[in-house]
Amino acid sequence: MKPNMKRIPVREQDPKVRATNFEEVCYGYNAEEAQAEASRCLNCKKPKCVAHCPVSIKIPQFIEQVKLGNFAEAARIIAEDSSLPAVCGRVCPQESQCEGVCVLGIKGDPIAIGKLERFVADWSRANGIKLADKAPSNGIKVAIVGSGPAGLACASDLAKLGYEVTIFEVLHKAGGVLQYGIPEFRLPKKDVVEAEIDNVRALGVKIETNVVVGRTITIDDLFDKEDFKAVFIASGAGLPKFMGIPGENLNGVFSANEFLTRSNLMGAYSAEADTPIYTGSRVAVVGGGNVAMDAARTALRLGAETTIVYRRTEKELPARVEEVHHAKEEGIDFKMLTSPVEILGNEKGWVTGLRCIKMELGEPDDSGRRRPIPIAGSEFDIEADVVIMALGTSPNPLIANTTKGLETNRYGCIVADDLGATSRPGVFAGGDAVTGAATVILAMGAGRKAAAAIDEYLKK
Amino acid sequence: MYKIVKKEFLTPIICLMEVEAPRLAAAAQPGQFLIVRAREQGERIPLTICDYDKEKGTVTIVTQIVGASSRLICNLDEGECFTDLVGPLGIPSEFVEWKDEEFAGKKFLFVAGGLGTAPVYPQVKYLHAKGANVDVIIGARNSELLIFEEEMGKVCDNVYICTDDGSKGVKGFVTDMVDKIMAEGNTYDQAVAIGPMIMMKFATKTMKKYNIPLTVSLNTLMVDGTGMCGACRVTVGGKTRFACVEGPEFDAYQVDFDEAMRRQAMYKDLESEADHKCKIGLHE
Ligand SMILES: Cc1cc2nc3c(=O)[nH]c(=O)nc-3n(C[C@H](O)[C@H](O)[C@H](O)COP(=O)(O)OP(=O)(O)OC[C@H]3O[C@@H](n4cnc5c(N)ncnc54)[C@H](O)[C@@H]3O)c2cc1C
Ligand SMILES: Cc1cc2nc3c(=O)[nH]c(=O)nc-3n(C[C@H](O)[C@H](O)[C@H](O)COP(=O)(O)OP(=O)(O)OC[C@H]3O[C@@H](n4cnc5c(N)ncnc54)[C@H](O)[C@@H]3O)c2cc1C
Ligand code: SF4
Ligand code: SF4
Ligand code: FES
Repeated sequence: MKPNMKRIPVREQDPKVRATNFEEVCYGYNAEEAQAEASRCLNCKKPKCVAHCPVSIKIPQFIEQVKLGNFAEAARIIAEDSSLPAVCGRVCPQESQCEGVCVLGIKGDPIAIGKLERFVADWSRANGIKLADKAPSNGIKVAIVGSGPAGLACASDLAKLGYEVTIFEVLHKAGGVLQYGIPEFRLPKKDVVEAEIDNVRALGVKIETNVVVGRTITIDDLFDKEDFKAVFIASGAGLPKFMGIPGENLNGVFSANEFLTRSNLMGAYSAEADTPIYTGSRVAVVGGGNVAMDAARTALRLGAETTIVYRRTEKELPARVEEVHHAKEEGIDFKMLTSPVEILGNEKGWVTGLRCIKMELGEPDDSGRRRPIPIAGSEFDIEADVVIMALGTSPNPLIANTTKGLETNRYGCIVADDLGATSRPGVFAGGDAVTGAATVILAMGAGRKAAAAIDEYLKK
Repeated sequence: MYKIVKKEFLTPIICLMEVEAPRLAAAAQPGQFLIVRAREQGERIPLTICDYDKEKGTVTIVTQIVGASSRLICNLDEGECFTDLVGPLGIPSEFVEWKDEEFAGKKFLFVAGGLGTAPVYPQVKYLHAKGANVDVIIGARNSELLIFEEEMGKVCDNVYICTDDGSKGVKGFVTDMVDKIMAEGNTYDQAVAIGPMIMMKFATKTMKKYNIPLTVSLNTLMVDGTGMCGACRVTVGGKTRFACVEGPEFDAYQVDFDEAMRRQAMYKDLESEADHKCKIGLHE
């Protein structure tokens, strides 16, 4: 029988309605839809999809179980390789990973692997499936710095091996970018992020919030004073970049991190929160990644007319395809091949607009993408009372500055080998802190590799 | 949890609290701050670490009621807990790096405006203990807003008091007092001014006349306090700096105070809206 080439559509909130609320955009599959979609999978002998998942989830095997309706078994198979499936199913750039190479994608629609993964994770949470038990303790303490995906993944694996794991987190809530960066409408906090973190806690992992490693306690103190035998640094890449153009310190100019942290971590989108957020009525967001999309769609939901300004073309937008599609549906205006040269302000020091220049694409640069070059004399102004800079982030230097002998490169990233070992014995690192801003699943993968390497190191 | 073990109103709008935070107390140094949240929905509010007791594992904070969040903080009672408390944040004062023998013979002048007296205290205490000479000017709008006068007296050489209305000490601003004691022939190796932004701006103008190096501690708006958001950015020496991780102390002569004051007032109108209502009608 010929496989069905068409993907089972996933139900979503109506774009007009969702543009005014913070509830999740995508409803996900129900059991029936999931089984129908799963039955399209060819269960390939040499599945390319698995090779392109950074944590090598056994995709055909779990999908087979979905097809048969054995959802708990599917959840168990996924749990062997991932501790955050409800998150990854929602935020992985599937089109360039697992789904991008699915054989069905050659002639038709690839299997909706992410949506199936999400279905299984949501189902298993709703049905209270317990996926792993607390292992008997081996009494050896390991410290993890940062509670983002890299830290959580490393912690789960080590806890399953019997280590006594403590995660130290500087913010008041665990989750890293999942908590402070990615908005509720894409990744619900209570039902998804906090629930998955609770699963990690259930393995015996302790999470201590409000601890700045490097200030409250140093890496050396962790070894010398608190008897930790190894440390995994997963402190992410949280330092926002600005462009260095005139007007960037005007009132009304925010980094995407500030805007999103106010809205997500501090809950400023809801009336109950004490933290204020300022959106004005016209927002210009500079950048083209997931962060830019999230900031723009948050601003839109807070009532502003929103424009995204990006210096290359739509083809080069680094954001997930699904997010760009959703952003457009919701009515965000995209200005491509446009780059800001100055932020304009009034006499009181508040933003009034963004002066931009038109760009054209030239020769490919180091990244292989065609380099945008300004077109002389093409300046024009966009009206705006808020400008949000979403230009990327780099690692925070605090830990490197307070830890002797920890090597970093010229971008401020901690230098670590493939397994996470740094220049200091017993100190491992992974995730955005090592690679610079990347993805949830790559950070998780790094956390898992480091867990194995730490186990190896401590067994010696 | 971060339990309040002692609470005392120093004036009707300024409240001192001693809070349990053993790790933080063990690590704290002069010039650093912490961030508290008074309740689950609370804002992250930066406050200077005004004193610390490493043995008891407590830190002292002094909060002035200026808006909703500082009021919430001051409404907590002895025995109650802060939902969150994190620190120490920021870079310690430069002299923390000095060797013991460097302090002898050094003369410091501290200029404290209003609540700024509280953050000045741990620095003065530290320097005094190390053997430096320290004079302190404390200025306030009126005698009721003067704090730490007595405690300061115990840890420095001279305390000069001035009030805007003359209700205590000399009538006049702290800058007038600086002129007065300089006219009396005093000289200093280093000055430090901490208080409202506008007071630091004028202290900087005044001190420049006497060519004395001056440090200020910038109380910008902050969200995370860890270098992640840029809400705290200030222009120092023509460069954008993040006050929470590169400060809060900076060379006063390099600071763009006008920009800093404008940025600090960014949410003023928003905050004063009587009921900060959800704009999109999620929670009616
Ligand atoms: C707005 C936004 C949207 C994104 N969207 C996507 C997406 O759709 N798909 C995707 O795959 N990726 C996305 N990403 C990227 C992805 O979130 C990150 O690559 C990933 O979270 C990195 O994980 P991490 O564990 O290395 O670091 P983080 O998630 O950054 O976590 C690091 C944690 O360490 C803590 N920390 C830092 N310093 C210290 C210290 N000194 N002491 C204690 N704790 C410390 C931080 O507070 C933080 O909680 C997005 C990122 C952002 C900002
Ligand atoms: C490093 C640092 C150390 C600080 N130390 C102390 C301290 O020891 N004790 C103390 O009482 N306060 C201190 N502050 C100031 C304190 O954080 C603010 O007063 C507080 O955030 C105001 O919150 P609110 O909700 O009560 O007032 P809001 O309603 O937010 O503001 C009320 C008024 O205060 C102004 N304001 C807002 N934030 C600040 C600020 N950061 N500094 C000055 N004015 C502000 C507003 O423009 C407004 O006019 C410090 C700030 C920083 C950055
Ligand atoms: S974790 Fe990401 S890449 Fe791997 S299968 Fe799931 S969605 Fe695909
Ligand atoms: S490549 Fe596609 S069809 Fe083949 S196993 Fe993977 S998901 Fe199924
Ligand atoms: S307060 Fe966020 S970077 Fe300083």
